[in-house]
Amino acid sequence: MTSLRIRRPGRLVAEAVTLLVAAAVAFPLYWMVLSALKPAGEIQSTEPRPWTLSPSLDSFRRVFDQQEFGRYFLNSLIVAGTVVLASALIAFLAATAVTRFRFRFRTTLLVMFLVAQMVPVEALTIPLFFLMRDFGQLNTLGSLILPHLAFSLPFAIWMLRGFVKAVPEALEEQAQIDGASRTRFLWQILFPLVFPGLVATSVFSFISTWNDFLFAKSFLISDTSQSTLPMALLVFFKPDENDWGGIMAGSTVMTLPVLVFFVLVQRRLVSGLGGAVKD
Amino acid sequence: MTTPDTTPGTASTTLPAPRGRTRTAPRAPKPTRTATRRRAGAWTPWLYLLPALAVIGGLLVYPVYQLGLISFLEYTQAQVSGGEPTYFKGFGNYTALFTDPQFWQVLLATVLFAAACVVTTLAVGCALAVLLTRVRALPRLALMVAALGAWATPAVTGSTVWVFLFDPDFGPVNRLLGLGDFSWTYGRYSAFALVLLEVVWCSFPFVMVTVYAGIKAIPSEVLEAAALDGASQWRIWRSVMAPMLRPILVVVTIQSIIWDFKLFTQIYVMTNGGGIAGQNLVLNVYAYQKAFASSQYSLGSAIGVVMLLILLAVTLVYLRLLRRQGEEL
Repeated sequence: MTSLRIRRPGRLVAEAVTLLVAAAVAFPLYWMVLSALKPAGEIQSTEPRPWTLSPSLDSFRRVFDQQEFGRYFLNSLIVAGTVVLASALIAFLAATAVTRFRFRFRTTLLVMFLVAQMVPVEALTIPLFFLMRDFGQLNTLGSLILPHLAFSLPFAIWMLRGFVKAVPEALEEQAQIDGASRTRFLWQILFPLVFPGLVATSVFSFISTWNDFLFAKSFLISDTSQSTLPMALLVFFKPDENDWGGIMAGSTVMTLPVLVFFVLVQRRLVSGLGGAVKD
Repeated sequence: MTTPDTTPGTASTTLPAPRGRTRTAPRAPKPTRTATRRRAGAWTPWLYLLPALAVIGGLLVYPVYQLGLISFLEYTQAQVSGGEPTYFKGFGNYTALFTDPQFWQVLLATVLFAAACVVTTLAVGCALAVLLTRVRALPRLALMVAALGAWATPAVTGSTVWVFLFDPDFGPVNRLLGLGDFSWTYGRYSAFALVLLEVVWCSFPFVMVTVYAGIKAIPSEVLEAAALDGASQWRIWRSVMAPMLRPILVVVTIQSIIWDFKLFTQIYVMTNGGGIAGQNLVLNVYAYQKAFASSQYSLGSAIGVVMLLILLAVTLVYLRLLRRQGEEL
């Protein structure tokens, strides 16, 4: 505080720089939304202007009409939603096991969860492709849900650990004395207390699933009705003539849910990360 | 040695469990966690772990095993369709890979590109985190919101937007810099530079937010004392903040290394599958192209194994650093 008060002009410079950086960081997103709203003529202009006087929803309309974008949006939502819910529940149980119990191989398991986070998802596309083929899951949403669940679990467990640990042991003993069963303690006392952590954790599983591009590209080969958003977006990429209006409108639609999710959990995310790092 | 109700191979083997005690009896001399836990039966944690282990085992561990297996087989389109039998090839795929000059070129490009991304991301993230501590609430909020927006942007849309921003015909950047119709994706280094900018843009917020939270946790007296002693901002960072933030810096560095080494989407989308004549290939994209574009599944798997081993080495370093910090798992 004192040091800041001494260097007043310095602080003004710092604030100016901060605002400039903020503007620069926000610029790509601004340009994306702007281009999505520009009429076709303005996008194809070689003199791009940073504003538009005649915003139109034509690009959005084109995207939703031509490409069944609504359906892809729903598919993406189903996949990400299922993964988030399932991984939150499974990770909660597993995190409870590794923090509230001492058992043999506990440390080994923890190291395994850490190592599992490092496994390059992309490298496993090949064996997963054959696995999905053998189980008849190719071209289904299940082929996206299952691998993403597996890949989001290790990190979710690792991160939830800190939240479960933060709940005092005494609470559990108290609950036992009051006659609560272990299951009841788990779901009616521990679960609500850990819930903020679950939210922070689910951001990561939601994002990695929502953003997935490789699995969708590899496993949904022929049935385009099962396609997800990233794949649909690339339809607008054409070798010679890119439909930039369509691409930007599609990108906006795809970015929006993540942004909303982020804003909603932003507080918990930052404190959650702090917890995970400090832990 | 164990009490009858605990199955062999559980925690009790590590503790001198007193003989003859009933399982509900409280342990008078040393009421450790283990003692209280054992009442519920030693299988409870495993029950809780069961769903997680089943999913991870089936869809992560088993595929890793399969990846290794396929890398030792001859497995191409002919074997997939059943036209030719699969056969064991030993280290054949690896020999083919290691004698291919393109592999070494791609490996080198991957390491250098990941290193450039990590260094730039960390430098930008740390510098902005320090900046955030020196400004009032409003500019801080502006930068935080902008950074969260960049963080939340999906890799695919981030890539498309950045390609559009740098588009030779309709992009604002070339217009602004007066570059005419200079194509960023045509040259090898300019294409890598473009991808690097996008990667830094979407990954610095994680570093910034985490390091900022870390700095906030440093007692302000320490920083004030340094400032009163006349230390410059750089000196405060180097001699006071950085050492105190070491644990956090280790975490964000390792995370960044892992993320940037595994880059796929950005390269694939922005350089259209690895650039002209594969000039912008990184290992991940290279493996994908080998496997799914040219149906050389076994060769693609071998590349995957190489990546896995490199990342495993990084992980081991990470674990050592954690242990040195005395962290209890």
